Parts: sequence; C-alpha cells; structure tokens
Amino acid sequence: MSDQFRRDAPPPADPPPAAEALLPRHPSAPPAFRIADARVAYDGVPVLDGVSLDLHAGRTTAVLGPNGSGKSTLMRAMLGIVPLVSGEVLLHGTPLRRFRQWRRIGYVPQRLTAGGAVPATVREIVASGQVATRGRLSFFPSRSDRAAVHEALETVGLAGRARDSVRELSGGQQQRVLIARALAGRPDTFVMDEPMAGVDAENQKALAETIARLRGQGATVVLVLHEPGPLEEVIERSVVLDEGRIVHDGPTPPATGACARPGHEHQHPHPDPNDPDPWSASATALIRFEVPGRD
Amino acid sequence: MTELLQYEFMRRALLAAVLVGLVTPVIGTFLVQRRLALLGDGIGHVALTGVALGLLTSTSPVLTAAVVATAGAVLMELVRVRTRASGEVALALLFYGGIAGGVLLINLTPGASNATLTSYLFGSVSTVAEEDLWFVAGLTLGVFAVVALFGRELFVLCQDEEVARAHGLPVRFLSILLSVTAALTVVIAMRIVGVLMVSALLIVPVAAAQQLTRSFRVTMGLAVVIGLASSVGGLTTAFYGDLAPGATIVILALAVFCAAVAASGVLNRLSKRRSAASRGPGDGPLADTMPATTTGGRVEQS
Repeated sequence: MSDQFRRDAPPPADPPPAAEALLPRHPSAPPAFRIADARVAYDGVPVLDGVSLDLHAGRTTAVLGPNGSGKSTLMRAMLGIVPLVSGEVLLHGTPLRRFRQWRRIGYVPQRLTAGGAVPATVREIVASGQVATRGRLSFFPSRSDRAAVHEALETVGLAGRARDSVRELSGGQQQRVLIARALAGRPDTFVMDEPMAGVDAENQKALAETIARLRGQGATVVLVLHEPGPLEEVIERSVVLDEGRIVHDGPTPPATGACARPGHEHQHPHPDPNDPDPWSASATALIRFEVPGRD
Repeated sequence: MTELLQYEFMRRALLAAVLVGLVTPVIGTFLVQRRLALLGDGIGHVALTGVALGLLTSTSPVLTAAVVATAGAVLMELVRVRTRASGEVALALLFYGGIAGGVLLINLTPGASNATLTSYLFGSVSTVAEEDLWFVAGLTLGVFAVVALFGRELFVLCQDEEVARAHGLPVRFLSILLSVTAALTVVIAMRIVGVLMVSALLIVPVAAAQQLTRSFRVTMGLAVVIGLASSVGGLTTAFYGDLAPGATIVILALAVFCAAVAASGVLNRLSKRRSAASRGPGDGPLADTMPATTTGGRVEQS
C-alpha cells in the first residue's frame, strides 16, 4: 500500500521548497477559489469575519481549525451553499453567481450516513454524482458513465459492493461512498469536509492514497479537517481558522506535522490553552458522533 | 369481476384507481426520501379549499382544487425555506387554514350539504365523471413526464440538498417542482380516497416497499405495484363488501405494509443465519462494526 503511495506522490527525496507550495502550479490559470473579504453570519452572528484567500489550481490545501472556527462555513460559502453577507467568491475565475462549470466540482459532505430515508444501492448513490455531467435526455448511462462509476468504486475499494444497500455498510464505508460519488463526475476540483471522520486506519491510508493520486493528476483538493493525521503527507498548504479569521497560512511543515498538531507553537491562542490536548478531545467528540448506526 | 365491469361508474372508478395507484407511489418515494412525508397531507387540506371554491363558483372542483393546491404547495415551499425554525408551525397554520376555508366555503354554497363535504373528505369514487377521468389522465402523464425529465436531479435534491447545490442544481426550482407535482398528485388521488387519506396513498406503499428492497429504483417500482394492488383491490373489495372505497384502499395498503415488515424480519433472520454459516463464528468484524480505538477516538496508526 505504501509502495503505491510512493509511486503516486512526488518523490520524497526531492521535497518542494516550502514557499513554492503557496505559489500557483499553473501561473496562467486563475485560482480554483478566490475568496475576497468573505463574511457570513447565521442569524446575525458572524461566523466568517472577512476571510480572503486564493487557493491555486492543482494544489492540495487543508483548512484546519477547532469546532466553531468557521472552517465548514468557509467551505460552504466557497460552493455557494451558504450566502455571503459581503465579499465575493470566484470559482476558476468566475463569480459564483455566474459559474456554470459545476461538473468540475466534486463535493464530499460530512454525513452520518450516505443514504436517505429510502433505500439506495451504492451504485445508485455513486452514479448520482454524475448529475451535473449527464444530459437531461440521456435516460440510460453511457459506457463512459458506467466506466466512471466503476472506476470511482474501484478507487475507494468498494467495487464488490455496488449492488448492496448503503445502509448495510459501516460508517467508514459510507464515507467512501460519498467520496466515490464525488469522483464519479470526474471533476478536477475537490472539496471534502472531514473525509476521514469515522474511517478506520486501514481505510484512512487508502483514502490518503486516493487524494495523492488525484493530486498527481493535477486536481485541486481542498480538505476541511480537524487534524492533518494521515493526510499530512499530501497536504501542501495549511490554512488555520479561528473565530472566523485566518490565523495561519503557510506550507505544511513536512517533518514536524501540521501547525494544528498539539504542542505546535502558534502565534494565536488555542481556545483553551490549559487543555493538554484540545485536538484529540474535539476529535474524540467528532468520532463518537460519527459511529455508524442503522436507521 | 365481470359484474363489476357492467356498471359504467365502476369502469370509470377502476380506471381512476389504476391511474392513482400508478402515480402516487412515484411521487411518494421522493417525498419519503426528502423526509416530507406529511407534505401530501398539508396539500390535501389546502386542496379542500379549492374544491369548495369550485363548488361555490360552479366550476370543476378538480380544476379549482388543482389551482389552489398548486398555489398552496408553492407557498409551503417558500415558508419552509424562509422560516427554518418555525417552518413546522407555519405548515400547521396552512393545514388548518385550508380545511377551515374549505368547510366555510362549502357551507356557503347553495345546494351543497355535509354529504358533499363528506364525499370530498373521504372520497367518492362512484361519482367520478368522464371529464374528471380525462383530467386525471392528463395529470398522470404530466407527473410521469416530470419524473422522467427531472428524476435524477430530484433524487440528488431529496438525498442531500447541500450536495445538490454543490452540483449547481437549481435547488429552489426543483423544490417547487416537486411540491407542485405532489400537489397535482394529491388532486388526482383526492377523488378516490378523499383529502384526509390522500397522503396514505403517497406514503404507505413506499413505506411497505422499502422494508423489502435495497435500491431506490426497485423501491419505487415495488411501491407502484403495491399502490396499484391496493387501489384496485380495495375498490373491488369495497364494491362486493359494500364498504367505503377510500378507507378500504388505505386499510389494504396498511395490511401490505404490516406483511412487508413481517416478511423483512423473516428474510433478515434467514440471511443472517446464512451469512453466519458461511462466515463461521468469530471470523472478522461484521460490516456494521467500527474498529476499536484505543485513545478514545483517534485511530492508532499501524
């Protein structure tokens, strides 16, 4: 598994200079996401307080921060799921309002289950990721549509379970179904909300490989995470949010782990400096929340 | 069966029952998926005002019901979006407004009585006129066209609205489309089972089907079969047993639901026993188990 990883990831012997990770990989291309002074408020309470950020195409960025820091809201605002109070978001150079190339976007939400109230097979859920790419009148999937679904299932290691109901899957497997759904439309820009939540160690490694492979293919990946964990090696840049503001933005230090790690010296205060390990505490709460259940 | 078909009104009623049995579970599947199972009920209440308006103005009650129910569905969708917290209360207000308006207007109508009201509240399949039948057939076609053209988008919308937005789907338009389609379906089914039980035809066949299925498409297909069987079977039973047709249809659908729950329990036990036998005891974790974690959540890296 680690062999596979090395083949896809950039060679570790020649790590990119730290500052390079912040530069566009393709200088002529517009940033995948340009966020200019974005403000979001829920019922008058500010959640994002003037965030400006360029996420370059072809780069893998982690948005880190504690619960309530606004990282999920930032991600939702980037995709137009929540409206901005002020500011602007440009997707691949186009303002969100006029953006039409939605087939380029693959979104992986954070969910307890991949299914809804009505049973659905793994294949049905994954194929629904092609809703932006398939024509309205193409009643049956083309050969390439079917191939894309199969490929997505292979990538997350669930090809053998295509006909199963998603309810029969574990929490980690359902998370992989959501990732496969994002892959099925063959987008080049991925936004993933806590893709590792509730996923066991073995599958976390497989997911890290998937993301490394996407990066190798030139995809833009934005990960919203509590902690870099097993994704540390694929993350090129870390943006840390706290109370709706960016408090750190820089290349992920390759050896010492991300700046969000416990014990790392920040220029900003943690929510509770006396807490010996606030990250694992919040991660615990999250994972306990993520324990899969039958519904 | 031949005796049944001798009567003109029963032939029309049976045809209406077939159309209703076909179309209601299709929309019902999307409503259940979107966790809006009670939307049909709300629309039914509002439709009663439409019926009363038709009786009062001597126009076709089915037509006015369709117009008012559509308006009500759009209003409900807007209320649902605008008021995140108090949406439920707002819907309840609309329910009661619809039924009170209906009763009030029917009582104002000269020549209309409580019997008229009852026939719309609980259905009166024997009074289906030929023009009603054409109208119901047209609406049925319309509903099928919506599902054929927008089914994929509706699936994503009902599955996860946020994902639908991230796909750039017109979420507002699709939500209203689904509500309006549901409203028209309610109006179609109203003649058969009445506005108070109309939602049962949308929801109960789906609830029964999903006990036995693992796929969305199969659930929808099986729900249509159950819906058809209940509406045609219920109507026939009511004819021979001299029972209330609407109530018989709904009771039959509920009986199928109970049978499906029992059957799924038996099937589950059988499949568990089979998988236990093929797997052998203690051979690896089941699909539903989480790996044990040592540090209270953070998974140990090996």
